[in-house]
Amino acid sequence: MEKTWNNKAWFMVLPVLVLVAFSAVIPLMTVVNYSVQDTFGNNEFFWAGTDWFLEVLESDRFWDALTRNLIFSAIILAIEIPLGIVIALNMPKKGIGVPICLVLMALPLLIPWNVVGTIWQVFGRVDIGLLGRAVASLGINYNYVQNPIDAWVTLIIMDVWHWTSLVVLLCYAGLVSIPDAYYQAAKIDGASRWSVFRYIQLPKMKRVLLIAFLLRFMDSFMIYTEPFVVTGGGPGNSTTFLSIDLVKMAIGQFDLGPAAALSIIYFLIILLLSWIFYTVMTTSDAQG
Amino acid sequence: MLEMKNISKVVGGETHIHPTDLALERGSLNVLLGPTLSGKTSLMRLMAGLDKPASGSIHFDGADVTGLPVQKRSVAMVYQQFINYPAMTVYENIASPMRIRGADSAAIDREVRKAADLLKLAPYLDRTPLNLSGGQQQRTALARAIVKNADLVLLDEPLANLDYKLREELREELPKIFAASGAIFVYATTEPSEALLLGGNTATLSEGRITQFGRTIDVYRRPVDIVTARTFADPPLNTIGLVKAGSHFTLEGKPVLSVPAHLAAVADGPCTVAFQPHHLSFDRPNGSGDPLTVKTAISEITGSESFIHVGFADARWVMLAPGIHDIEPDATLEVFVDTRHLMAFGPDGRAVGGTA
Amino acid sequence: MARIDLDHIRHAYGAKPKSEADYALKEVHHEWNDGGAYALLGPSGCGKTTLLNIISGLINPSEGRILFDGTDVTHLTTQQRNIAQVFQFPVIYDTMTVYDNLAFPLRNRRVPEAEVDRRVKEIIEMTGLGGWAKKTARGLTADQKQKISLGRGLVRSDVSAILFDEPLTVIDPEMKWVLRSQIKRLHKQFGFTMVYVTHDQTEALTFADKVVVMYDGQIVQIGTPAELFERPRHTFVGYFIGSPGMNVLPAEIDGARAAIGDQSIGLNFQPKIEAGAKTELGIRPEFISLGREGMPVAITKVEDIGRHKIVRARFADRLISIVVDEDGEIPAEPRVTFDPKAINIYADSWRVGEEA
Repeated sequence: MEKTWNNKAWFMVLPVLVLVAFSAVIPLMTVVNYSVQDTFGNNEFFWAGTDWFLEVLESDRFWDALTRNLIFSAIILAIEIPLGIVIALNMPKKGIGVPICLVLMALPLLIPWNVVGTIWQVFGRVDIGLLGRAVASLGINYNYVQNPIDAWVTLIIMDVWHWTSLVVLLCYAGLVSIPDAYYQAAKIDGASRWSVFRYIQLPKMKRVLLIAFLLRFMDSFMIYTEPFVVTGGGPGNSTTFLSIDLVKMAIGQFDLGPAAALSIIYFLIILLLSWIFYTVMTTSDAQG
Repeated sequence: MLEMKNISKVVGGETHIHPTDLALERGSLNVLLGPTLSGKTSLMRLMAGLDKPASGSIHFDGADVTGLPVQKRSVAMVYQQFINYPAMTVYENIASPMRIRGADSAAIDREVRKAADLLKLAPYLDRTPLNLSGGQQQRTALARAIVKNADLVLLDEPLANLDYKLREELREELPKIFAASGAIFVYATTEPSEALLLGGNTATLSEGRITQFGRTIDVYRRPVDIVTARTFADPPLNTIGLVKAGSHFTLEGKPVLSVPAHLAAVADGPCTVAFQPHHLSFDRPNGSGDPLTVKTAISEITGSESFIHVGFADARWVMLAPGIHDIEPDATLEVFVDTRHLMAFGPDGRAVGGTA
Repeated sequence: MARIDLDHIRHAYGAKPKSEADYALKEVHHEWNDGGAYALLGPSGCGKTTLLNIISGLINPSEGRILFDGTDVTHLTTQQRNIAQVFQFPVIYDTMTVYDNLAFPLRNRRVPEAEVDRRVKEIIEMTGLGGWAKKTARGLTADQKQKISLGRGLVRSDVSAILFDEPLTVIDPEMKWVLRSQIKRLHKQFGFTMVYVTHDQTEALTFADKVVVMYDGQIVQIGTPAELFERPRHTFVGYFIGSPGMNVLPAEIDGARAAIGDQSIGLNFQPKIEAGAKTELGIRPEFISLGREGMPVAITKVEDIGRHKIVRARFADRLISIVVDEDGEIPAEPRVTFDPKAINIYADSWRVGEEA
């Protein structure tokens, strides 16, 4: 669209700017404040410099949680991106099937995180849950409360169920924007189904895939509500991700200094990784 | 009057419009003619105030409007794509600029019906644009531009997406429709024939520069340089590099064409000689004209005329001959150049000599 | 290469066509020669694209059969029919190099790599894409991309036919000339059966041996460019071909004379007219001569379009167009004569022949 100079626009975004200032900028500055000081209450602060950062970085607890996060995100991306593409490719392009599929796909996205967690928490229970009972009746010893692998599997399945739709919808949007002539030309050129995907659909989906990849990475890396509701970080520490650890540290132990330092490190990791992914994927796009 | 003084446009270090002066009179129809990416749209956006110029100033009726945003100017624009409000009826689409202005409904009704009559949209006022043909959709967009009653109306290849015959009809109607309103009209096109049919004034553009501005037929007949001549030729202009030596243009020392009276004053030396395809013919034109032996490539027949692609030395030419000539490729032919219409350009590309 | 038989083909997009009006394509029954160049010409919505898609196999006709060289291919897929098609907008695989784009149809058919290389190099040579072979196809200009699409069609030596769906829409006028004559040359060289859909009469007439004029789902005339120009079978052909189109004037026919208003024109034949038919006289603007003799006209407008002038005039209370040469003069008391050889008589819009 046309760029226009319209000063009214600034008034329109002003409320958002104020909101962001209160909800993001000010809290962030507070966190920065906490991370370099020590307090024993009474609003008395002592300069702690980089002590908290060093403490966090030298703790096994941090590195273990970080490793869990990375593995979790890697698994999530490895499943959701290809699965999302496959589903999008098989969705109908026209007719009554389109709205039905779109609504079905959108449903999981409409459910709040904590509700998703609760649903699966109940769903997977061996005593009363449909899934838990069904799996148990197959003779598989499944219990996400006791077995770390079962806990992980439950979380991954839950996340896949919850978020694959997002990838599907983005890919679908990319796919429907491909003009019919491309498919016709490919038919005439005698292209195989794979060639059509490789040379027409994938290149055209690249941009939306980049967005899907970044969104899914950031979200999965920051996962909190679902493991909190379903496993509470257990069994043991097996599903204690950085976010859960952070809350334990800050709210559970009131170690505000290390928690603040961890928050900042966490924030920087996400920023850095997102930037790396973005750069790598856009430069390959430019060379493409 | 719209005056652009030393206007230029630079985007990210790349110059889209080189410093340009242009003055357009009220009530005039001005064609911007040039190939894709020659700067037509960039220039229009500057005129409209959609973009800020990198240098220079724009004046409207004497007042400096350089930094003034498009909303505060009196501008209407019609694009190549048919841009209408899809959810509104044709009536509401046409009425929209007046509604924004807050005109009373009686006035709106009067103006909308007037514009609809003018553009033959009266039977479709209750339909939505997507239920109309392409031609009708573009008529709706044009009607909206008329109703807006703007001082400056910019038409960016408005007929490019329409069928040939529809284009012919609308092209004939447009100058009439716009002549009455007293606004400044600017019409961008890639097609020389369209510029000629519209008449008015033409500015030829090439690589972000206006190469010439003047009455359309004058620019066509008397281009100031070879770039303009090439821009303003369809079929493509025939050219050849020759050396003027006294009374002849020569190629490798041999005389090729005699020098016509209007080019007699051109200094001896190398120059580019050019002529239009219809100035190459099978018959000797009115006692003048020099015979040349050419090799044929292919002939295209349009029913009443033939385009014959020929080669002379290293030059590739098109000959436009009346009648039907289905000529075999690689044949040798004798043809005549009507030297009365020859154009000559110096080594710097500027036109030299007088014109016929 | 193949002969194409269209055997009583009809097509409706709706499921159960009830009346003739439900058919987007009314009955087509024709035989197209092997190695012929055919153009389907008509305004948008005339059914030309439907017919093209039936030939390419993208649409199955509601009724009738299509045969390639006598073999029924009606129910074969596009791949099985072994045709090539060039679309309106360039279709390129933009992650591949230009070379790989051209090689794609061959590699898909498991052609040996040495043969692929030979064919692709030939096409690159032919289309002048030499410098681009190793570059990715993205970032090329529209006409270069369209050359690749074209090249992919030509690269297979065994295709039954090459279909073009308005291939020059996005190309600048000057480049159109180059590409068009290139396609024509390739046709002469290799003798592919070619079918070319367009709404642009110049493209259709210059490209094709036989032009198929379509209107409202019907083929109104198939003929050589000259036939369409000189003897349009239907007034629509007269109007659609030629710019400006044919002058069609209501006329009373009495033996070998036609009366238009108070003017009487002698014909060189006696048209055979059924009683009660609406009769019209058709004369092309090119065949009306303007001078000091003949029937009086009142000139309303003269458009100088460079290589000739279009004169709009009132004749017997009707508006007519006359084409006058570049150097032709326009007398103060203008009169016109119609070339008797160029007069066509129409009854209910269809051309009528001589009384038996």
